[in-house]
Amino acid sequence: MSLVTTPEQGNDSDSPGRSKDYGELEQLARRGRWLVVSAVANSGAGHIGGPLSAMELLIALYFRVMNVRPHEPDWPERDRFILSKGHSAIGLYAVLALRGYLPLDELKTFDKERSRLQGHPDVTKLPGLETSTGSLGQGLSVGLGFALGARLRGRKFHTFVMIGDGELQEGMIWEALHIAPRYKLGNLTAILDCNGLQQFGWPLKQGERHRGDRQDPWGETDLKGIFERLGWRVLEADGHDYAQIIPTLEEAQGSGESARPTMIIARTIKGKGTRLTEGKFAWHAKIPNREELASVAVDLGVAERVA
Amino acid sequence: MRPLREVFADTLIRLADSNSNVLVLDGDLANSTKADKFSDAHPDQFLEMGIAEQNMVGVAVGLASLDFIPWLSSFAVFFTHRAVDSIRMLVAQTRANVKIGAAYSGLLTGRTGKTHQDIQDLAIMRAMPGMTVLAPGDEFECESMIGWATQYQGPVYLRLTREAGPILFASDYQFTPGRTYQLRQGKDLLMISTGPQTARCVEAADRLRASNISAGVLHVPSIKPVSIQEIVASCEPVPLVFTVEEHTVLGGLGGLVSEILAEHLPKRVVRFGIEDCWGESAPDDYLLDYFGLTAERVSERIAAYLDTAPVSRAEVVRKILGEIRQ
Repeated sequence: MSLVTTPEQGNDSDSPGRSKDYGELEQLARRGRWLVVSAVANSGAGHIGGPLSAMELLIALYFRVMNVRPHEPDWPERDRFILSKGHSAIGLYAVLALRGYLPLDELKTFDKERSRLQGHPDVTKLPGLETSTGSLGQGLSVGLGFALGARLRGRKFHTFVMIGDGELQEGMIWEALHIAPRYKLGNLTAILDCNGLQQFGWPLKQGERHRGDRQDPWGETDLKGIFERLGWRVLEADGHDYAQIIPTLEEAQGSGESARPTMIIARTIKGKGTRLTEGKFAWHAKIPNREELASVAVDLGVAERVA
Repeated sequence: MRPLREVFADTLIRLADSNSNVLVLDGDLANSTKADKFSDAHPDQFLEMGIAEQNMVGVAVGLASLDFIPWLSSFAVFFTHRAVDSIRMLVAQTRANVKIGAAYSGLLTGRTGKTHQDIQDLAIMRAMPGMTVLAPGDEFECESMIGWATQYQGPVYLRLTREAGPILFASDYQFTPGRTYQLRQGKDLLMISTGPQTARCVEAADRLRASNISAGVLHVPSIKPVSIQEIVASCEPVPLVFTVEEHTVLGGLGGLVSEILAEHLPKRVVRFGIEDCWGESAPDDYLLDYFGLTAERVSERIAAYLDTAPVSRAEVVRKILGEIRQ
């Protein structure tokens, strides 16, 4: 059974087509990254590294994979998405704005007084969110509840939860990792944004090399093997390559009737997309100055917008 | 007299008979909390969540979004301490329709001691925006509260106890959030209590009457919301107020009453409860006696306080200064 999104199946009519040419999505990712960095610069607060590592994953979910109606965010049959790594909120807001959930102009209110766009997602303020997140480790449990509730109700929607590899240190996630397979929730997919850095972490030792400029939160740990032994089906993808991400997400989404929940290990780069921020832990949550913003604009091909 | 844990299971079984949305989630304690009775009666509406309380809370939030009415069952302490951040952020902040059946609250936990005694739950839960906090005094109030909470849209914390206690109310009691109940009238002082401690205060009032001390008893089953007007009106006629609770004296019922009177009716409030210390594993009778919460000890402590209580402001100051010098 396929739950793959098509416009005929209920998506809004402005849903992008399904070609294998990802040029349009790549352009969206550049715009999304610019919206993230410029919104953070504008508000003087927020996170950059995590939203940038998650950008292609978020765009793939909202533009190609999930069955959603941006103009009817509470549509009961929508697929659910929870950004458990809630500090990447501005990444989600940028993609929701690009997808039509909210005006692009509203991104200027991010993290400012009376904004619907709180520093960490607030379900009581912004339609389109499924729960409040930001205290790390909590989102997968709520997603487990969505998936379990869908099973009990005989509903067909799929639930996606994005967690971070730093966040994976939180014990509550391991509670959910243990419980989800017991209820045979094939309608639940966790996406691990494995960007290899956390806010501070541990310094590299002499001669040690990791993807980022600090130690990888999990180093040589066999996460795939661990998840599999806990009862999850594990898929892997380059989290910046739509040709890998989209089929992987669709495979997970199409497994709603199966017995195992899916864990997608998405290998990403923290701060991806600009030379200033890539692989640098300091850009977890740093505010770019005017010159830095200009360099980001050049890297993202949007320099004319800044001039 | 049925223990409140039995009332919890029996009432939810009855509600689930006619409401398939009612679910019970258990944290691997069903044969202690009596949720196992529910599991036998409604196996399809019972979800075992293992020894993972934080996750259980999150799962309940997801289930509630699909119009289920999840009742969580574990020991109070594992909700209000272990899983407090999940309750705070996922339940209270989002106003999720999740009901927390907090078994084994207070001191009387079957000789399990400090790890399992929740003597801070009222202080923690009532400080949480959006949370309703209830502490039933007897089985009929408990039953009515469970029925009310199941109909109510929003988070509820229900403080249950392990043991049976005396009956306070008629079997047709109907819970109203915020209401208080004057169970004894008295002109010398008012005891304000909550949960099963109220019954011990009623007995203490009867003992005090034998010593010609006229003590009233006000039962406050709804810690949040609570009627400020009713508390003020009950305290108005008496010169002295005692709060008595099977809970720390910090921030619970004593804190609640002190806050209200400080703002609306400045008056001496003496707080009886567990002083700023830990419990221990011991028989129930010993614990209640040790912490001065039996009817006998409450009445003795009140009588002793009245014997030595300073009567003028100057004496109060002298007494306090004397204590500081010591």
